[in-house]
Amino acid sequence: MAAVGIVVVSHSRPLADAAVELARQMLPNSTLAIEVAAGTDDGGLGTDAVAVSTAIAAADTGDGVVVLMDLGSAVMSAETALELLDDDVRARVVLSAAPLVEGLVGAAVVAAGGADRDRVAAEALRGLAPKQAHLGG
Amino acid sequence: MATVETDALGAWVREYARAVTEHRDELTELDSAIGDADHGTNMHRGMTAAVAALDASPPADGAALLKTVAMTMISKVGGTSGPLYGTLFLRMSGALDDGSPAAFAAAFRAGVEGVVARGKAELQDKTMVDALLPAADALTEAIGAGQELDTALRAAADAAARGRDSVTPLVARKGRASYLGERSADHVDPGAESAVLLVEAAAATLGRS
Repeated sequence: MAAVGIVVVSHSRPLADAAVELARQMLPNSTLAIEVAAGTDDGGLGTDAVAVSTAIAAADTGDGVVVLMDLGSAVMSAETALELLDDDVRARVVLSAAPLVEGLVGAAVVAAGGADRDRVAAEALRGLAPKQAHLGG
Repeated sequence: MATVETDALGAWVREYARAVTEHRDELTELDSAIGDADHGTNMHRGMTAAVAALDASPPADGAALLKTVAMTMISKVGGTSGPLYGTLFLRMSGALDDGSPAAFAAAFRAGVEGVVARGKAELQDKTMVDALLPAADALTEAIGAGQELDTALRAAADAAARGRDSVTPLVARKGRASYLGERSADHVDPGAESAVLLVEAAAATLGRS
């Protein structure tokens, strides 16, 4: 069974924490590693690539990490964070283009079930599918 | 010929911190028109932290100084300009060869190319790249033609300002401003403005000793 880590990058600490809470509701008794890098260190809105790289390193058990992010600088900070990591860790990380909330819930559920990194990343990208099916969009 | 010593690079960084603080409200105002109204605040926070980091632990050489500035910007700015300016200083740090004007020009170009790669922006997308690329070109050309560093940096700063002005009428194609579509036309791009300040700060400090 793989132990894929998940990292949430957001401009807002409360937004990230709430998204993680929502995902954890689906995972009773799971020890899945979900790390958060969100907000500026003075409590404001913003992202910090150094904090993202620390979160990736913390979430990494050797089986890979999937990073979910909100918009704007979250994306560029996540890309910059990769530059700060060791080559072997960087090679195990996937930056997901999935929407943050839906992608996180989808990814967390399969990651908690022991799926490998590529499966977790694929599930994140499928995150919008249930909503689209329901709304006919 | 003047050289670019560690102290001069420090003076550049401090002058830039002073300039973004002086223009903080203006940068935020430009950003409130076509973005998320935080550029002045973010750049002020990042550059103030960069100067504090240099004060706390004086770097051994120019490359170490630029790296300290890079890591502080990446961590403290909060907005997209953090990874972008951070990458500029990080690539400059890696490329800085010696204290010659040619080495500085080459390092600056490497930094600007890093910004282009990080932001995936092209000329006329209405971003900081529209000020930085012409500045790098002007600097390389002037140094290549044998001009003194202060003259070359003056030409670079003028090229940056012309680049910034050239995209003011355009519709933004990158960043938060691109969400606004046509409404972003006829506004000065805040990133291009802060990039002009960076090159102006270089012209005001480097090559003057």
